[in-house]
Amino acid sequence: MSILIDKNTRLLVQGITGRDGGFHASKMMEYGTSVVAGTSPGKAGQQVDGIPVFNTVQDAVNDTGANTSVIFVPAAFAKDAMMEAAAAGIKLIICITEGVPTQDVVSSYNFINNKRAYLIGPNCPGLISPDKSLVGIMPAKIFKQGGTGVISRSGTLTYEVVYNLTTNGMGQSTAIGVGGDPVVGLYYKELLTMFENDPDTDSIALIGEIGGDAEEQAAEYIKNNITKPVAVFIAGQSAPPGKQMGHAGAIISSSGGTAAEKIAAFEAAGIPVAKEPSEIPMLLKRKR
Amino acid sequence: MKIHEYQAKDIFVKYGIPINPGYLCHSVDDAIKAYEKIDHGLVVVKAQVLTGGRGKAGGVKLAKDTVGMRNHAANILGMDIKGYTVDRILLAKAEDIEAEYYVSYVIDRNTKSTLLMLSKEGGVDIEEVANATPEKIHKIVIDPTIGVPDFLARQAAFLLFDDIKQVRQAASILQKLYKLFVETDASLAEINPLILTPDEKVIAIDAKMTFDDNALYRQMKINDLFEPTEEERKEQKAKTKGFSYVQLDGDIGCMVNGAGLAMTTMDMIKLYGGNPANFLDIGGSSNPTKVIEAMKLLLSDKDVKVVLINIFGGITRCDDVANGLLAAFKQIDTNIPIVIRLTGTNEVEGRELLKGSKFHLAETMGDATRQAVELAK
Repeated sequence: MSILIDKNTRLLVQGITGRDGGFHASKMMEYGTSVVAGTSPGKAGQQVDGIPVFNTVQDAVNDTGANTSVIFVPAAFAKDAMMEAAAAGIKLIICITEGVPTQDVVSSYNFINNKRAYLIGPNCPGLISPDKSLVGIMPAKIFKQGGTGVISRSGTLTYEVVYNLTTNGMGQSTAIGVGGDPVVGLYYKELLTMFENDPDTDSIALIGEIGGDAEEQAAEYIKNNITKPVAVFIAGQSAPPGKQMGHAGAIISSSGGTAAEKIAAFEAAGIPVAKEPSEIPMLLKRKR
Repeated sequence: MKIHEYQAKDIFVKYGIPINPGYLCHSVDDAIKAYEKIDHGLVVVKAQVLTGGRGKAGGVKLAKDTVGMRNHAANILGMDIKGYTVDRILLAKAEDIEAEYYVSYVIDRNTKSTLLMLSKEGGVDIEEVANATPEKIHKIVIDPTIGVPDFLARQAAFLLFDDIKQVRQAASILQKLYKLFVETDASLAEINPLILTPDEKVIAIDAKMTFDDNALYRQMKINDLFEPTEEERKEQKAKTKGFSYVQLDGDIGCMVNGAGLAMTTMDMIKLYGGNPANFLDIGGSSNPTKVIEAMKLLLSDKDVKVVLINIFGGITRCDDVANGLLAAFKQIDTNIPIVIRLTGTNEVEGRELLKGSKFHLAETMGDATRQAVELAK
């Protein structure tokens, strides 16, 4: 097993006629993901790499039974795209788009939540269940099927950690980039619970960074609810306060969000924190 | 993005939120003219800078006559507050205060919503209140589909006031503040303090707003208020080239793809005893033009003694990255040692291409960092 996506995933690509949408639709299909449809208003009847294009998400869902959607539309249209997917009954919506206004995310998240669907992102690399399904922009080649669940706020840093896991013989059940914005969909608690309940996941790597206090809450949550071994890495120990470090959500404010506070919370909860990403496999093996 | 108090108050006025009248002054002469216009003995002279803690720094003073006002204005203009030089002050009518309250709307990461925060402990540092007596701060999660209807505004206002006349005034302010919060794509709209005057008027005597950078494209009027520092100007310029850049004070320049990996590279440099000169995320691809631009940016910092390039080849394979780097460095003339660490898809091929070049090559992040720290010594 794995979480959220697998061989049953029937993927719709919103914004498939755009450069990124088209490119990654092909990559995902190449990996073996069932990419069943794309949307681009006014372009119904066209095909991208053999994938049928529809005018609306509703048409795509009716025709193809798509159950998951990945969004590549420009930031100004992302809110509408997320809501369109949820309104058409899509239950898992992954928004790759970077730079979406926060209040757009707040209102679309609320709508998606009311439709009992899940949102991942925005500003995220998506997710992968190796050898089963890839949804997003992750470089498939570095992943390997196995037992470690990966949750991360970052893109390339996730690849770095995954690469270390794979080269140490530790494959992944599912790896998820939750997104680097201050407000995004699924986060640590929900995903930790899914991994805890997934029989194929035997350990969890959590990659956090500065900004907010989700890591502190995750530490407490792991202590009380997660029995599988968890190892953590936190980026941004040398980041100056008040500066946005690339990700909109990676900023130390006057009320907190430092790496030191996060690391202290994990250590207090008895969860090992890696000093550098390459230590993660060792920390997980030691606990298993 | 931050704006000044007087700018936030201008927005408040447009939305009908009552404030204490004031005038923006760039000089003592301006202040004297403004003082005549206010026609009131007691005034407050407030430094207008884009940072908090103005009061503690001595940038907010009360004056009861022209002499006092003139002295304070002269002292505050030119004052340094946390690295910002005060070049303008707000001269405002000092209201008599019966009670002070705290009110704000803020984007909350945890509830993924807008939060209305209220407290009877106004006029003080709200973070101190939050730490010492969190029970004194009320938090209301706003449902974006209904916003702040009358009942909710009333319910919230009753948390601060008992008298219905005061509640009505406060409720109206709460609704107007929410409207402006949403319509300007704010990430914070704060009144601290909101006051009750002896004649039972509820007014905002301070205003603080910050805005979502991601939304500035559709908030041109707000965007026009942006006053970048020299540092922010450099960061802004980098952004137009597709980079995320933050200058730091070390001597090891970093060029990395991805924000998380870029932060980790800085952290590793510190961990191994060095000092990063910057945070630089060059984003997805690493085509030669991008690398050349990034090198120009790094070398414009004269403190940089070594450059550490850390690239994870994902979709863009390492052999393509290596070719890009070779092409770029044909056009870059520098004696600064360059450490390159390439990993990911086709890393062996990538490293093979770089062999025999002038670069210092590394396989792991640890190795790359060690080399860079050593070379910077």
